[in-house]
Amino acid sequence: MSPIAHEPDTDVVIDLSDAVAVLGSFPALAGVTMVVRRGEIVLLRGPNGAGKTTLLRLCAGLIPLERGQGQVLGIDLKNDRELVRHRVGVIGHNNGLYADLTVTENVRFWGRTVGASAAEVDAALHRMGLDGRLADLPVSRLSAGQKRRTALAGLVARRAELWLLDEPHAGLDASGRDELDQVLKMAAASGATVMVASHELERAGQLATRQVEVVAGQVRELGAP
Amino acid sequence: MSNSLKGSSTVIATARLIAAKDLRVELRSRVLLNQVLPFALIVMVMFAFALDSDAVLERVAPGLVWLATLFSVLVMVSRSFAVETADGALDQLRSAGVPATGIFIGKMLALMVQLMVLVALLVGAAVVLYRASFSWAGGVLLVTTAIAATCGLAAVGTLYGGLAAGAKGRETLLPLLLLPVVAPVLIGATRATESAFGTNGIAISEGWPWLGLLAVFAVLFSVAGAVAFGPLLDD
Repeated sequence: MSPIAHEPDTDVVIDLSDAVAVLGSFPALAGVTMVVRRGEIVLLRGPNGAGKTTLLRLCAGLIPLERGQGQVLGIDLKNDRELVRHRVGVIGHNNGLYADLTVTENVRFWGRTVGASAAEVDAALHRMGLDGRLADLPVSRLSAGQKRRTALAGLVARRAELWLLDEPHAGLDASGRDELDQVLKMAAASGATVMVASHELERAGQLATRQVEVVAGQVRELGAP
Repeated sequence: MSNSLKGSSTVIATARLIAAKDLRVELRSRVLLNQVLPFALIVMVMFAFALDSDAVLERVAPGLVWLATLFSVLVMVSRSFAVETADGALDQLRSAGVPATGIFIGKMLALMVQLMVLVALLVGAAVVLYRASFSWAGGVLLVTTAIAATCGLAAVGTLYGGLAAGAKGRETLLPLLLLPVVAPVLIGATRATESAFGTNGIAISEGWPWLGLLAVFAVLFSVAGAVAFGPLLDD
């Protein structure tokens, strides 16, 4: 499978204008307007149930845009949200890995879902520092931080341009968190755009280039941390 | 390349990817070899203890082979989807836009390959344990029956496995959903295997009509699964 080619006009990756998303009959997002540019690391903060995860899912094309306007990577969320999925990587509380397969086999599998070549898979492993002794280890033998790093290598192999991460620090020890932050900064430096929903404000605040508060389905810009 | 052709090639590529991955997971974990196969053999031995008559066992051997296969299907389908849901891989596949039809076909093919291995070993066990008579003349019918029956079982197993994957109490839900639906496979495969074995003097030619039932079942659930799997996962 190859990703659908779209040429973005600008560096704008997410462009929402008065976006409304509904879960059941409840308006989980009630008129969100925000712009995210390429290379940014945006922290979404806010209480439970405020709409952070819904905002991530909307940007991933997983739920419909009920009202308002929205584009992700130049793709219209109203008409073509299925196409967004090929170019966006979502990682929630789980990593989406197969415990019996090795790190390399997992990354190769995710890369092949978009037709990535062996060289691209090798590059993804190298970029995430997984091409050494970890490469041939089964995922079941990795630490939580290493598993998260493997999942992110899968996003690189999938050529995901926008990374949407829901509580990525959850379940990681201190070194795993440091490892994750380093990887995300590296990814942003090389052109990926990252949006992180987190309750760990101090940790995620150090990582982010910009903070946005989500409260009752609406967003408020907080600027740089 | 037209969109429909591109879509088809994407589905085929996905199916190959998923099937290869599932078979590799099995090779690494050896669940079929170390758990399912011993389980099926124990079921066969327990039947032998329960019936305790060579004449009866020889007569019911085909049915017992397929009953043991059905019980094993439950374990194999549960395992196939446990691998996908343990760390959220199935959700990731859907959120990555991987075509559901390709996922369905890939998982079905991997399950079918494993079922074929299982059935071959269970037929061997029936010959040894139950003294079922096996003639090479019935071999073609037996192999064709095994292909059609395992295809049907794999299709319906994958479809219902996907349905139960996100449900609470899926371990108990799956047998409830699956067993009544696969009754035609049990009947058709048993009758066709009886003919292949020549049980009670049944002619080989009498088995072929039952193969028709198995083929219709396999086609019906393969098509239904390919169409319905995506909406099932999204719900």
